[in-house]
Amino acid sequence: MSSTFEQIANIIAETCDIPRDTIKPESHAIDDLGIDSLDFLDIAFAIDKAFGIKMPLEKWTQEVNDGKATTEQYFVLKNLADRIDELVAAKNAGTGTASGS
Amino acid sequence: MQLEYFQLIDRIVDLNIGNKTIVVEADVPQTNTIFEGHFPGYPIMPGVLLTEAMAQSSGWLLLGLMKFERMPFLAMIKEAKMRGFVNPGEVLTIDAKVEHEGSGFAVTSAKVRVGKELKCNAALTFRHIPFPHPDLRVHMDAMAKRIGFPQQAMTHD
Repeated sequence: MSSTFEQIANIIAETCDIPRDTIKPESHAIDDLGIDSLDFLDIAFAIDKAFGIKMPLEKWTQEVNDGKATTEQYFVLKNLADRIDELVAAKNAGTGTASGS
Repeated sequence: MQLEYFQLIDRIVDLNIGNKTIVVEADVPQTNTIFEGHFPGYPIMPGVLLTEAMAQSSGWLLLGLMKFERMPFLAMIKEAKMRGFVNPGEVLTIDAKVEHEGSGFAVTSAKVRVGKELKCNAALTFRHIPFPHPDLRVHMDAMAKRIGFPQQAMTHD
């Protein structure tokens, strides 16, 4: 079974037509890969479906806008993979925190 | 349809909040200036308007799911297929269903039929946000009443 990062990278490569070998764990989805908010909706849709979660994009965006988080925490891919793993774990634990707003 | 006002849906036929589906109808006008140009001697409903009709159908469904607390805006159209001509005076039956509810966005699929004949279909993505202006909410409430949107669906639990 491929890692969460591998799955995310494959989704991004396929969704945004970005060469897979340019997508690294350290890549920032926006700053390095140039993914805009509309493309990110497509990515979120694919990730939600692939992992059976609901990424809380609105909550994350609000935290960034409020200065409570940095974009790196959510949009550097290795960090995004960690967030997804947390959401999957929460879902599997039945805590109901896998979904966002 | 009131094409001049971009109000394409005439009636809610069925809204199923639990199944996340909607069926609506829309009466294509017999005459309209659009048909004078599209096309002379061969008037047909423009594909962009059929796509908009699918978007508005999906939009009513999403409004119901979100209890009219947020407004959906069309963000993406995928796999739009125009499968047959739609003529003036025909009645469209449009059904839509929610394929995915994300955070701040939703994905729907929609189909337009005339009778039993499938005329077009598409996958649509919407962003949704709290109503950006109170006038828009008032307008949507009035529109909902006009097209027979089930009142209980505006406040469902």
